[in-house]
Amino acid sequence: MKNVAAYAHSTRAAGQNPSAWRAPELSLRFWPVFLRNLLVWRKLAIPSLVGNIAEPLMWLVAFGYGMGALVGQITVPGPAGPVQVPYILFLASGSICMSAMQAASFEALYSAFSRMHVQKTWDGIMNAPVGLDDIVLAEMLWAAFKSLFTVTAILGVMLALNISHSPKLLVAWPILLGVGITFSCIALIFNALAKGYDFFTYYFTLFLTPMMFLSGVFFPLEQLPLAVRVVADWLPLSNAVLLVRPLFMDQWPADALRHAAVLAAYAVVSFWIALALTRRRFRL
Amino acid sequence: MHDTDLFTVSHLHKRFGDATVVNDLSFSIGPGECLGVIGPNGAGKTTTIRMCLGLCAPDGGSIHALGLEMPRDARAIKAQLGVVSQMDTLDPDFSCAENLLVYGRYFGMKDAQIRARIPELLEFASLTSKANAKPGELSGGMKRRLSLARALVNDPRLLLLDEPTTGLDPQARHLMWERLQLLLQQGKSILLTTHFMDEAERLCNRLLVLDHGRKIAEGRPRDLIREHLEPDVVEVYGVGAMALLESPLRALAARVEVSGETVFFYTANAAGLLQALHAYPQLRTLHRPANLEDLFLKLTGRQIREEA
Repeated sequence: MKNVAAYAHSTRAAGQNPSAWRAPELSLRFWPVFLRNLLVWRKLAIPSLVGNIAEPLMWLVAFGYGMGALVGQITVPGPAGPVQVPYILFLASGSICMSAMQAASFEALYSAFSRMHVQKTWDGIMNAPVGLDDIVLAEMLWAAFKSLFTVTAILGVMLALNISHSPKLLVAWPILLGVGITFSCIALIFNALAKGYDFFTYYFTLFLTPMMFLSGVFFPLEQLPLAVRVVADWLPLSNAVLLVRPLFMDQWPADALRHAAVLAAYAVVSFWIALALTRRRFRL
Repeated sequence: MHDTDLFTVSHLHKRFGDATVVNDLSFSIGPGECLGVIGPNGAGKTTTIRMCLGLCAPDGGSIHALGLEMPRDARAIKAQLGVVSQMDTLDPDFSCAENLLVYGRYFGMKDAQIRARIPELLEFASLTSKANAKPGELSGGMKRRLSLARALVNDPRLLLLDEPTTGLDPQARHLMWERLQLLLQQGKSILLTTHFMDEAERLCNRLLVLDHGRKIAEGRPRDLIREHLEPDVVEVYGVGAMALLESPLRALAARVEVSGETVFFYTANAAGLLQALHAYPQLRTLHRPANLEDLFLKLTGRQIREEA
C-alpha cells in the first residue's frame, strides 16, 4: 500500500495520472472489444448454450417436480394478501435470477481472466487506441449479454414447460439483464484481484453459494431467522428475486424502485471498485 | 527536439518502489530511421517501451510523438503507431485473417477497409496460404510475422518492436529482418529492442545502449565500435589459455578480457600477436574484427547478471 501511495504521489508531481480511483474514462471504443468476444462466442455458441442451460434445467426439473410433489403449494406475499402458488413456479422464478447471476459471474471470472491474464488479449488491445477502462466496460457488458442469452434460453424452456405464461415476463427480461450487469460488475472485482483460477472457487463457494440459499430462491425468505433476514434483505440476489418473482405470477413487484436501486447501487459501486483494482493491476 | 522528429523522449524517469528502472533517458527517432535499444535483461528496455505506449506513467520527463504528448494523448498517438510486444498476444480462437480484422476494428477502421488490406498484409507476412489457420497451427516465426502484420493494419508511420525475433530460428529471423528492411525502405520508422547484436547491426541506423536504466552510449553501430574498441579481436581458448594472462603476450594487446574459458585480446595490430601465438599450437585462436557484441560486453560487463 505504501508503494502505491508513493507511486500515486510521484505521478501527480510529474503531472501524470493521479489515482486508480479517478473517474472512469469510457468511450464507444468498448464496442470492438465487445464484438471480439461475440465473434469468438458465435463459433462456440451452441455447445456453450447446452452447458449453460442444462444445469439450471436439471435443478428445476429435479427440485421443481420432485420437491414440488412433496411441498405442493407454497404461500408467498402478494399485493392483496398471501397467495398460494405451485412450488415449481416459485422455484422457476427464483432460479432464473440464480442462472443470470451464475452465467454472468462465470463469464466475468473464468473467461475474462483467460483473456486478461492467460492469453494477454487485453495487453494486445491496449497497444491499439483502446483504453483499459473501455476493455473493462466491454467485458462487463459482454458477461451481462451472455447471461441474458442463457436466461432467454431458459425462459424459452420454461414457457414450453408451461410453468408461467404471464405477459409480464417481457418486463422480467430487461430486469434479468440488469441482474447480469450487477453480478458481472461484482465478479470483475474478483477478476482484478485473482492470481489464478483457484481464487474463483472461493468466490463461488464463499459468496455465491451462500447467497443462493439466503435469497429466497429455494424457500421463502420468511423462513429465515430474523437476524439472517436483515442481511438477506440487502443481498443483490434477493432483491433480484423480489423483482422477478411477482412478474412470473402476473403481478407487479412491491417496492420495485427500492429493489432496482439496490441492484443499481451494487452495480455502480462494484464497477468503480473493479475498475480501480484493474488499473492498479495493470499499473495504469 | 528537431521539427522532423517523429518521437522524442526527454529526461524520462521511472521508479518501481525503491528501484530506479529508467534514469534520465532521452532519445528521439526521425522519419525513416531505425533506432535500436540494446541492454541486458532488466536494463529498462521494456519499461521504456511501455511508457512510450502510455501503459505505464513516467515519474518524470516527457514523451512527445507526432506533435502530441504521452500519456495525455495516448489514444491519438497509438492510433498512428504499430506495436509488436515481446509476448505474442494473438487471439487463439481466430484465424490469421480474423486476427487482422478484429485488430483493425480497435483502430476504429471499417470492416470493408480492413478486409481490403488483409490480403496484402498476409502476403507481407508470407501467410497467404495460412489465412484460415489459427495461431496454434503456426510456427513461432509465422506467429511473429502475423503479429507484425497486425501491427501494420492501421498503416502506422512508426513501429515499436519489443524483441521481435527472440526465440526464433535463424531462417525465421532472417525472414523477419528482410520484412523489417522492406518497411524501412517504405519510409517507416522503427524503434526496436533486441538482445541480438547482429540484428542491431543489420537493421539499426542508430543504437542506444542501456544499462541499469541509464543511457551509457548512443550512436551509429560502426561509430560506436570505432569509438569504444580496438579494431581487431583475437579470441584464444583451449587448455592453457588462461596462462597467457601472465605471459609477455599480454603486452601485445591494448586490452585483455576473460569470459568463461576464452581470453579476448583487443588490438590495433593483430599480426604480431598472431605470430607470437604460433608458439602455442595447442591453443585455438579466432581472429576477427571487433563487433557490437564486444561493445555491448565492454559497456555492460561480461559477468552474468543474477536477474539474467
